Amino acid sequence: MQTWRRTLESLCLSFGAILVGLLLFGLFCALAGANPFEVYGLIWKAAFGSSSTFQNTLIRASPLMLSALCTALPARLGLVIIGNEGALVMGGLAAISIGLIIGTALPPILVQIAMAVAGLVAGGLWIGAAGALRHYRAVNETISSLLLNYIAIALLNHLVGGPMRDPSSLNKPSTFPLAEVNMLGNIPGTRVHWGLVYGLVACLITYFLMQRTTFGFAARTAGGNVRAARIAGLPVGKLTVMICFLAGSCAGLAGMVEVAAVQGAANESLNVGYGYGGILVAFAARHNPLAAVLISLLVGGILASGGILQRSLNLPDATVLVFQGLVFLVVLYSDSLYGKIPFFKEKPIITTSASPPASPGEEPVMTA
Amino acid sequence: MTTLSSLPSARQLDRPPDLQVNGMTKQFGRLMALDNLSMHLKSGSFHALLGENGAGKSTLVKCIMGFYQPTAGELLLDGNPVQIGNPRDAHRYGIGMVYQHFTSVPAMTVAENLVLSRFGGAGIINWKAEIEALRAFMSTSPFQVPLETPIAQLAAGQKQKLEILKQIYLHSRILILDEPTSVLTPAEADEVLGLLRQQVSAGELSILMISHKFREVMAFADEITVLRKGKFAGSGAVSELTVADMAEMMMGEQKVPTPVQKTSLPNATPVLEARQLGANKDNGIAAFSGIDLTVHSGEIVGIAGISGNGQRELVEVLAGQREAAAGEVWVNGERYTATRAEMYRHQVCALPEEPLRNACVAHMSVAENMALRTFDRPPQAKGILLLLQAIRQMAVGLIGQFSVKTPSPETPVQNLSGGNVQRAVLARELSTEQIKLLIAANPCFGLDFAAVDFIHTQIINARNRGVAVLLVSEDLDELLKLSDRLIVISDGQFTYQSQTTTAEYAAIGHAMAGH
Repeated sequence: MQTWRRTLESLCLSFGAILVGLLLFGLFCALAGANPFEVYGLIWKAAFGSSSTFQNTLIRASPLMLSALCTALPARLGLVIIGNEGALVMGGLAAISIGLIIGTALPPILVQIAMAVAGLVAGGLWIGAAGALRHYRAVNETISSLLLNYIAIALLNHLVGGPMRDPSSLNKPSTFPLAEVNMLGNIPGTRVHWGLVYGLVACLITYFLMQRTTFGFAARTAGGNVRAARIAGLPVGKLTVMICFLAGSCAGLAGMVEVAAVQGAANESLNVGYGYGGILVAFAARHNPLAAVLISLLVGGILASGGILQRSLNLPDATVLVFQGLVFLVVLYSDSLYGKIPFFKEKPIITTSASPPASPGEEPVMTA
Repeated sequence: MTTLSSLPSARQLDRPPDLQVNGMTKQFGRLMALDNLSMHLKSGSFHALLGENGAGKSTLVKCIMGFYQPTAGELLLDGNPVQIGNPRDAHRYGIGMVYQHFTSVPAMTVAENLVLSRFGGAGIINWKAEIEALRAFMSTSPFQVPLETPIAQLAAGQKQKLEILKQIYLHSRILILDEPTSVLTPAEADEVLGLLRQQVSAGELSILMISHKFREVMAFADEITVLRKGKFAGSGAVSELTVADMAEMMMGEQKVPTPVQKTSLPNATPVLEARQLGANKDNGIAAFSGIDLTVHSGEIVGIAGISGNGQRELVEVLAGQREAAAGEVWVNGERYTATRAEMYRHQVCALPEEPLRNACVAHMSVAENMALRTFDRPPQAKGILLLLQAIRQMAVGLIGQFSVKTPSPETPVQNLSGGNVQRAVLARELSTEQIKLLIAANPCFGLDFAAVDFIHTQIINARNRGVAVLLVSEDLDELLKLSDRLIVISDGQFTYQSQTTTAEYAAIGHAMAGH
């Protein structure tokens, strides 16, 4: 068994990438006139320093976990979906609509379930549409899901600025607020809402779904080689749409959590970047749902430290976004290093006679 | 040995050099791809290189072009031995190659592609001067292609013309063409080859063309050299040969097929029926149409044909990888659309060619790949849960039974050698005892003798158990050995059908050549 080398490879490359991202960010801070080590220290303190700040990190990590799944799941099928933000917004909108329609007519637990289902379905349909376009009309799923983001955000702005607007929300147009009893509460003894549990459970379930169920096996096969999947009679189109639906529902649930646990209404705070942060998390986690939990904590911590950097070091608010962007770039770059580092290579096992390549032009030109 | 610096530059060649290949041998490991082959391409002649797939034609031209270094043998240009270390050297000697597939950049114009094709060049392109030079070149060249048109807007025939023009633009005097007409319609092919023929007759070019099409060889070539299994199998002037002679050289003497143990089964029933089946190639052109085919239980039906005549698409339709454009497939008297449920109900299995590309997920483990047919039913699954232990156990059993050489069942299948990937797929497809229909395409391509024998035995055993087998192969010996009934496909149509025992060898050759 030599698989430990591959495991070590993904661990080293993922954490190495984040480390390099940190270094580059330090360089950036130094250029901006701040002491990089002070910045590192502050980020650490603001993210993981005390139980109170760590709770801040957890609050930010939970939507990231859910939104990361929106990219990580389709990736197993070989699709690059970046419509997390749009699915999150649609989920949030659907959840608040149901919450407002039901109001206090039902017990809070039922209202919350209905809101969650609404978020799941709305987000699912949103990304499911991108999957269906991909399979039935060959529309590039990356572009279509990206464009769906703009549509979702425009719809949100339209609704909170018009038909659903609460006249009392002056500075920040919002929908009417959710009834206090219907809000998602906190985990006892903390300031962290139950959304964190949603995120953890969703990551566990999707991991199990992909690795241990026949559905996941079929999806991984279709993602690995469509021709092999077809020869085994697997319904590739149905799998594509289903996986995209599931992916979208995870992001939709994140929207519901944001609405029902944090904002209490739908407003522009829904699209503050959890969607795009989720893409970063998914790639850094190499589309592994369990790894996404850890990476979400890290990115959540970075997000949580934004305010403090601004206040103590007088760095611009967008500094953490620069950090995020740098880490994202390095993570994407690290992807290209897989299989390139000799130490992690599995030893060649069988060397048999090479057969001549099939046709000219396909092999690299050999210069003697 | 002539060094490059002392060589006349390609620019100065005013006639195509005389090219001789002497005792060329190329070995890949244990595989003898080219065995002591000699041929002579006379200055200003049109020479065709014939042979079945894997006969060594491509290896030969790659040795001439410097893609490969021959194990033994030499190249003579105008009687002087030369060393061609890479394709760049070949270009300096005035030898250029046109590939089967287009190598132009679709988004760029003809002019840009021509300038791009020139090796090296200055950092700055003087477009005005280049365009003028290109206009001058175009006015004297054998074919005209509009300079300002983007490649994407050209028809296939024009694209192929451009590929050839590129070589002339680079002052190549010997053109090597690898199946230049496989992507062209017959009319386009005739036009391109006709214009090249004029250049050859005018003494401007020599041409060495790999071809499968006897019609084109008869119409345009002066001489042929035939290869069979890496060896020289014959040569001659086209004017003195008939199609039948060439086909015989290609296929060799009819060998008595190695007898195989076949048992005849009573009451054979039709298992696979194709009715008026048709399908398109990837580019939308019909690959085959109006095909009627029946395969009975306990029968091997062999489909022979030169590659590219629709057999690959036929297999893909039957295996569920391609949509049929017309017609229906029936299995065991029921309509068959290659869904997973139907595959299971009728126990349809497939051994496609290039198993790593067609039937495996490269980065998944051997065990997972072996479970591709069975992962969703007991004992490998319980409800929707995968039982990893059962998947592993079955893999361990199959690895032993089919002697697949793999370090462990968890090894990614892409780490295995080609023969072992093939064995792994064979193990998966033939493991169920109740298999009723087997669709195999070139199952032994590129394998060593022992592996071929093993696979043949497995196919015969399956047939003797009552499995209906459709065997598509480019190896006629294999088909004559294994099949009960032989069908020849040419240009998407069945052109010959016969019981194998009464099949006429010459007629098969004619049918394959489309005559």
